[in-house]
Amino acid sequence: MTLKNSSNNSEKPVGVIGIGSFGTAIANILAEKNNVIVYARKQEIVDEINHQHSAEGRSLHQSITATTDPQTLCETCEVMFPVVSSSGFKDVMKKFAPFLHPYHILIHGTKGLVLNLPEGKNLDNVSKIHRENIWTMSEVIRNETVVVRVGCLAGPNLAKELAKGQPAATVVASRFNEVILEGQRLLRSDRFQVYGNQDIIGVELSGVLKNTIAIASGALAGLGLGENAKGLLISRGMVEMIHLGNALGGQTQSFVGLAGIGDLVTTCSSTFSRNYTVGYRLAQGETLDAINDSMDEVAEGINTVRLLQTFLEGTGMRAPITENLYKVLFEGFKVEDALYYLMKYPFNVDIDFL
Amino acid sequence: MTDDYIKQKYDPILPRKDEWPVVKLAKSRKDFVQNVATFSKDKIISMTGNNLDLLKEELETTLYREKLRIKQNPWLVDPDDEEEFWTGVKSHLVQISFESQATEEDKKAAYHKILESITTRYSEEIASNFKHSHYKATRKMVTFGFSRLLNAARVKGLGSIFSKQYTLQDKIQIIGETAQLRDLASKGTIVMVPTHFSNLDSILIGWTISTLGMPPFLYGAGLNLFNIQIFAYFMNALGAYKVDRRKKNLLYLETLKSYSSEAIQFGCHSLFFPGGTRSRSGRIENKLKLGLLSTAVEAQRANYEKGFNDISGKIFIVPVTINYHFTLEAPSLIREHLSLTGQERYYKETDEFSNSYKISKFLVKFFTKGSDISVSIGQPMDILGNYVDKEGNSTDRDGRMIDCRDYFMSNGKVSVDPQREEVYTQILGDRIVEEFHKINRVFSSHLVAFTAFQMIKKQNSKMDLFSLLRLPDEDLVIDYSDFRASCQMVLNRLMEIRAKGLVHVAPHLKQDIEKIIAHGLENVGMYHAKRPLIKTGDNTITTQDMSLLYYYHNRLDGYDLEKLFK
Repeated sequence: MTLKNSSNNSEKPVGVIGIGSFGTAIANILAEKNNVIVYARKQEIVDEINHQHSAEGRSLHQSITATTDPQTLCETCEVMFPVVSSSGFKDVMKKFAPFLHPYHILIHGTKGLVLNLPEGKNLDNVSKIHRENIWTMSEVIRNETVVVRVGCLAGPNLAKELAKGQPAATVVASRFNEVILEGQRLLRSDRFQVYGNQDIIGVELSGVLKNTIAIASGALAGLGLGENAKGLLISRGMVEMIHLGNALGGQTQSFVGLAGIGDLVTTCSSTFSRNYTVGYRLAQGETLDAINDSMDEVAEGINTVRLLQTFLEGTGMRAPITENLYKVLFEGFKVEDALYYLMKYPFNVDIDFL
Repeated sequence: MTDDYIKQKYDPILPRKDEWPVVKLAKSRKDFVQNVATFSKDKIISMTGNNLDLLKEELETTLYREKLRIKQNPWLVDPDDEEEFWTGVKSHLVQISFESQATEEDKKAAYHKILESITTRYSEEIASNFKHSHYKATRKMVTFGFSRLLNAARVKGLGSIFSKQYTLQDKIQIIGETAQLRDLASKGTIVMVPTHFSNLDSILIGWTISTLGMPPFLYGAGLNLFNIQIFAYFMNALGAYKVDRRKKNLLYLETLKSYSSEAIQFGCHSLFFPGGTRSRSGRIENKLKLGLLSTAVEAQRANYEKGFNDISGKIFIVPVTINYHFTLEAPSLIREHLSLTGQERYYKETDEFSNSYKISKFLVKFFTKGSDISVSIGQPMDILGNYVDKEGNSTDRDGRMIDCRDYFMSNGKVSVDPQREEVYTQILGDRIVEEFHKINRVFSSHLVAFTAFQMIKKQNSKMDLFSLLRLPDEDLVIDYSDFRASCQMVLNRLMEIRAKGLVHVAPHLKQDIEKIIAHGLENVGMYHAKRPLIKTGDNTITTQDMSLLYYYHNRLDGYDLEKLFK
């Protein structure tokens, strides 16, 4: 890939939309080099940021200010980082759409999929979904706003570690070199490396699909099955991610990069990960409802498994880990039984895609 | 866009020919050609990063390929001094490398001079030769000739020769956003992008443009067409510039793109066939050639750079689909397609390509017999594929206005970023394909061909395409009542798709299914010696040429209709 530099060193502030744990981490990284304005929905959070330099107790850089007004944010910033949950992403984009212009650059940091079905339809009353019904966040931005210069952030970015200032790296993916360069210019620092990738769909899917494998990894740990089993899961999980990822329009290379294997290994090993925790607690015998009730942020993987299961039924493709996770999460299947099934599944070859 | 066609008389939007952009361009042809040559020279130098070795390599590659082309693939239209010119280039190149005492600057100047001589030669060769008198004569001849033929066939009695009862518009139905197209053509610059099935398309589009009262468009036509004399005359008269597909070297391609981009910036309405060549498979183009399309994006940015921020500097992309019941060259096109995709599994048979005589004979047949053509004009879009309103403003899905200039802005100024424009061109290409499918107008012949092929395929579900095409005659028989039921099923699905606004149907598809089938069978591939589909005496349907059936069937590819047969 050739990168011709067209980026700039303008002094315009950078926007961050949403201030959950990852949003806070990104805002703090950005604030090391730039003026940052944060958009938050609730007035009390905005007040907290502007007066106490913290968001729900997480401390924020001194130079970060906040607003509840999308228009102000769009008028002051050319580059914005939407970092809101996937369930709220579409609504937030709809809210911003009237104030966005084609000169804006949006680099999102949300890992998830949005189901796009006709009015009145949902997963319960459709039997099949197609690729065009499943939107990644960049597709939500492209379809709900006039912004075309879209990018995404992906990679092993555990918010807790970023907050401590531990070394990490991320991938900025975009079809546009200028977006990648802009992302690198704004984010890169001595402890934060930023890679570029042009396959935005592949990179987004890596971030989405690894969440399901992370649930399975948590389940293995919950059953106390050890490191050999985890190695098996990660490598089979990788194959499944590539298989599904290709079917949804991603390129194989992206899945073996930082946003794919890098993020997968991190998430499957980390007890900080929400998805891992869901799997762990399931294996310990808790029900999904009980787990959901006790978590303050959603584990994205649950939604993804459900969506993918419906997609798989429509295409006739097989993805054994996802299918078994679905049974465990939604059909009361025991984790042990799912695992037994996986061990019996006739995988003939190790890998067949490189 | 409605399905129904309204015959209409259109007044010219620019009555005085001196106001026509192509006439203005023809008047300043010499300067324009020089501009294009200089512009492409500069562009190539900047692409090589002003590195002398890279430039030398490009020049040598071009020389090598051109020499090879002259030897292996000479054409009637090639100029006589080809050999001479390239020998000259060669000796210059050799001379520079032997001048050991020359400074770097001298060498650079010498290479730039060779480069300029080549781009000048190419621009000269590409540039159109529009002459208004020829244009007028051609238009008269086409309209007069064809309507005489039409009336001779359909109006009975002695008066038929002078009858004005039928005009070309009865034969060739123009539907769609004609009013908006005319409006925008008088305000901004149009880039028309039609589907391409037949060599006849160029003339057909030329006629359509003039019927709609618009000044002639500039368009690129394959240089091979200039080999056929009758086409060469028409092409020149209609203002076609020449695209030589044999020349694939960087210098030529850049000159060609510069020519197109500069012409659009000059305000010339242009036309590309974005599929590149005619669709060999009979499918609606789904992979576009983005080279020429990128010149529309580039020209739009250049206009903004020059400060043309109002509608006069805006470029409108207008997709157009042309529908026939038949394609004259179908047998040779589909054979070419199959031999390309099937490799050794498919054996090429004799080629029945056309010459001027065959084409004239065909035209007489075509205009005196039945069978219609329709030209669907799609809704104009901006260079990112957003629809534009009556005033030419780009709008988003919610009808909010978009300032197209913003697509090229960064940090408050219009900026040049070739990679960005490359992605924009891909986005535009995807949008054009989407629009092609929407404005495509389904004919009875497409319906019967599609249904019959899918039924034969289903009867032999284990076979791949190439085995299917070689099935013996006795396996190519379909029972008529089954056929009718399947046609009805496909038609129903088409009507559902139409209700969503994703396709159009010809009015004759609103009749009773028996009539539709009869109409389809009568028209599908009606000029071929072997008919793709016929009804036999014992109430069965069969084909005389499976490849042709496949070709006509492909027209309905891309609507997921094949799923009905699973």
